Amino acid sequence: MTTKLMGQAVQRVEDQRFLRGQGRYVDDVALGTATLHAAVLRSPHAHARIVDIDVSEVLDVEGVHAVWTYDDLEGPMAEPLPLLIPHPALTHGRTQYALANGEVNYVGEAVAFVVADDRYVAEDAVDRIRVDYELLPPVVGIPAARAAERLVHDDVPGNVGARLEQNVGDARAAIAAAPHRLALDLTVERSACQPMEGRGTVARWDPDLNRLQAWTSTQTSTGVRAAIAVKLGLDLGQVDVITPDVGGGFGVKINHPWPEELLVPLAAKTLGRTVKFTEDRREHFISTAHERGQEQHIEVGFDDDGRLLGLDVEFWHDHGAYTPYGLIVPIITSTQLLGPYKPRSYRVVFESLYTNTVMVTPYRGAGRPQGCYAMERTMDAIASYLGKDRAEVRAANFIQPDEFPYDHGLVFQDGRELEYDSGDYPASLEKLKTLVGWDEFPQFRAEMAAQGRRVGIGLACYVEGTGVGPYEGAHVHIETSGKVKVATGLTTQGQGHATVFAQLVADELGVRFEDVEVVTGDTRRMPYAVGTFASRAAVMSGSAIHLAAKRAKEKVLKIAADALEVDEKDLQIADGVVSVKGAPPDSVGASIDLGTVSVLSNPLRYAFDEASKAATQFQVGDPGKPPVAEDDEPGLEGRDFYSPERATFASGMHAVIVETDPETAEISILKYAVVHDCGNLINPMIVEGQIHGGVAQGVGGALYERMAYDESGQLLNASFMDFLMPYVTEVPDGIDIDHVETPSPLNPLGIKGAGEAGVIPSAAVFAAAIEDAEGIPITAMPISPSDLFALRRSVGQARDQSDAKERP
Amino acid sequence: MKPAPFAYRRPGSLADAVAALAGDAGAKVLAGGQSLVPLLSMRLAAPSMLVDINAIPGLDTITADDIGVTVGALARHADVLASDDVRRVQPLVPMALSRVAHATIRNRGTTVGSLVHADAAAEMPVVLTLLGGSLEVVGPSGSRTVPAHELYVGPLECCLHHDEIAVSAFFPALAPGAGVAFDEIARRHGDYALVGAAALVDGDSVKVGYLSVADVPTVVDLSGVPDDRLGDVALEHLDPADDVHATADYRAQLVRVLTARVVRSAREGTR
Repeated sequence: MTTKLMGQAVQRVEDQRFLRGQGRYVDDVALGTATLHAAVLRSPHAHARIVDIDVSEVLDVEGVHAVWTYDDLEGPMAEPLPLLIPHPALTHGRTQYALANGEVNYVGEAVAFVVADDRYVAEDAVDRIRVDYELLPPVVGIPAARAAERLVHDDVPGNVGARLEQNVGDARAAIAAAPHRLALDLTVERSACQPMEGRGTVARWDPDLNRLQAWTSTQTSTGVRAAIAVKLGLDLGQVDVITPDVGGGFGVKINHPWPEELLVPLAAKTLGRTVKFTEDRREHFISTAHERGQEQHIEVGFDDDGRLLGLDVEFWHDHGAYTPYGLIVPIITSTQLLGPYKPRSYRVVFESLYTNTVMVTPYRGAGRPQGCYAMERTMDAIASYLGKDRAEVRAANFIQPDEFPYDHGLVFQDGRELEYDSGDYPASLEKLKTLVGWDEFPQFRAEMAAQGRRVGIGLACYVEGTGVGPYEGAHVHIETSGKVKVATGLTTQGQGHATVFAQLVADELGVRFEDVEVVTGDTRRMPYAVGTFASRAAVMSGSAIHLAAKRAKEKVLKIAADALEVDEKDLQIADGVVSVKGAPPDSVGASIDLGTVSVLSNPLRYAFDEASKAATQFQVGDPGKPPVAEDDEPGLEGRDFYSPERATFASGMHAVIVETDPETAEISILKYAVVHDCGNLINPMIVEGQIHGGVAQGVGGALYERMAYDESGQLLNASFMDFLMPYVTEVPDGIDIDHVETPSPLNPLGIKGAGEAGVIPSAAVFAAAIEDAEGIPITAMPISPSDLFALRRSVGQARDQSDAKERP
Repeated sequence: MKPAPFAYRRPGSLADAVAALAGDAGAKVLAGGQSLVPLLSMRLAAPSMLVDINAIPGLDTITADDIGVTVGALARHADVLASDDVRRVQPLVPMALSRVAHATIRNRGTTVGSLVHADAAAEMPVVLTLLGGSLEVVGPSGSRTVPAHELYVGPLECCLHHDEIAVSAFFPALAPGAGVAFDEIARRHGDYALVGAAALVDGDSVKVGYLSVADVPTVVDLSGVPDDRLGDVALEHLDPADDVHATADYRAQLVRVLTARVVRSAREGTR
């Protein structure tokens, strides 16, 4: 019997290719010299009216084929880009045009599009376009947006795109009546996904087939396909979109269509040539999307044990210049803020605000890091106020294992109830305390203090809705060679889908892992799909693939039973061979391999290969009936879709021990511990890899990265020299990981998503640990050594002043 | 991020290289390219011509004797760093070189290129200035020696004429009984330092050179200053500034911390 692969640390089949430089990304497509290259003129101003664009000097440049400005766009291309996810509360949603229509609202907004022989010439041409701008006052930062002395969009009063309030009980009354009350004001700055591969699109118009083929580095090839078809006035059936290897997405590539994803196909169709756009790093910084920027005001009422009686959260979310992705990020913040806790009452209200900066769409964690930060900083404040252990206060508020499913009474990002499916938070906390040495920490702190060293510990808990719908599908095809070809429509940006999905198919079908090949993100193979975001691929496509494999298996057993003249119940499949249970090995007529079953599944049997010849010994079907039965179809395939009632809720807890240098305020990580629950694990090595990557990004977001906009809306650090993404040298050497597995009842595999988990609690956990080391409240993240030094100074001065006042 | 058009020459002799430079006022020398090529790609620099000196023989030598260390214009940071002779004669050179960017950049970047790029946030200009070294420069009218204290005239600006090529740098040997030390604090491993300091202690003489806290590489004579005042006295000669990574205040604190560290370390390391 084949060993079950579900739960095994199977080596990733992708890594040989990736590590040897054989990955194939969009820029590796259409390498020939016949390919034309595009460059984009981007606004140098954060807010301006476009008075005139003069392209007369451009067309004279040798090697330039075409230039587009807004005035050259027609029909649907001249309309604003889609608002992908509308919401009733988004009363003032705005999206940009593929090319700016009379006004620019952030530095980096696309103004003109040039296609030339190569990218060098295209950039030379871009330099020759003359734009006459009339400058408008920019709105930069949340305070300026709230003050609303200037407006980003003239017709959006107060710069408020949306205001949304949700209530469970009467939180304000509960706080007023509570024995203890606290208020906190917190801020989080912007960061961004920054995948190593930026955006890229290649398109080719085939005049013989009358169809467009596009490759794009996206998290949703089906979405881009539909967008291209509509915007270019093509039938959906005339457009294929293929997503090859993707060098990271982290959320930024789920927003679509980007202007270039439409302009490249437009240029390809217009010019009848293959056209390529490969984004450079500066473009990625100033013309894709950022996330995280929020200001928060929290009021909380609690009892003597620290139990939350009332929680009232107001926050202001900076969504940048446009809202193509609706309110997903702030809605997630507002709902996922609650984490593993059950406040007796909750009020949350947010305003989503316009600024003249790069727009905000989900970045790994998608609003959860901010929510976790708000909640966990509150927990720490309560513990400090009551003089209680921080872990104890959290435990007092946990939803208990016997309370699932737990309905918070809120509406989640998918428009469904926020109802947790399963979890065991007390068990996770116990594991985390052991893993990090929570109870032993006071002794460690004393030992370090004796050496003049300053250390602190923090912990943070989160719950993450994963695997949101509406659906994913899968197609499983057993070929006559016995090889299994699997297709699912969502895309892959390095998660190891080719490995984990093959594990599931090998288990279900009883075939060798090596014989399963997985294709993702190719609309020719699976035209119905949603995309890879919201930690949903394993849950959604994993479940769909499991179901499709099950269907294929049903057909295998039916045909094999017919061929071997036995009952289906008496058959088993292992290593690609169907055999009669209990029959001695090699006994004649007691087994049939899957390839032969595949031949038998198709009544048209030209004996092209050995499998076909081997099949001639078997007789299947009823000679008195049509060769393909009424409820059947030729071929050995299974196709199915998975569509869950609601999201499944993964959870986890992180703890960190940091050291802060008393002189230089440098912050170093001594220990990082993670306890993680994503239900049943398909491949623990891949889950741990996801956690490592998430923690690395979290370290970046907490200690290094920020978007340094000046007051005129220029991004001052738009390069990897000044935007400090951590190197391997800045990430903890080891991350201690332990798992809790509370299976989800919502899908056949009992799994939950794991993609975003590692990054969610970072701001919260580092703020807690630094606060613990320094004895100074940390209310703004990220924090640099310079920031910490300034905090020490201001607290020191405040203490000196109060000392002076006390001295008569 | 593609450079604007430029002409490219790869002369086989110094004379041809100088002639090429002299013939085009917009020409720039290309050696390791670790600073120049990114500037080209971001179109922050658009020279009309690049004169690539990598094919000129004899410029990649590294020699060390009792007098000091001489590094040719094509000697890569990594090769200078790996030289035991250099380490023996002037240990401050490898101390600082080990903090220059990352291994891949040191494999290509040249020490002399870094010196003439004249970045006040770079390690080697400060080292040359502190040690009282010099550059050997060749131009249309022959060669001349430029002492380090005359070299740096402004931000990213050294006193070489546009048709001159720096062919080698000379770092004086560490005197018997003297000690050196180098330290810096950067946000990430290999980044430009927020502040860096190099110390040279010889008997009662205490000199410290600083990077990233002045427009040009700056050396402060701290001889006779009490230990608890070293950093504060140094700050009277420095001009730390705010940027996206740190405040001027924080940089001043790092000047205090690093000054004390490098002076202590240089004293401990005296031969």
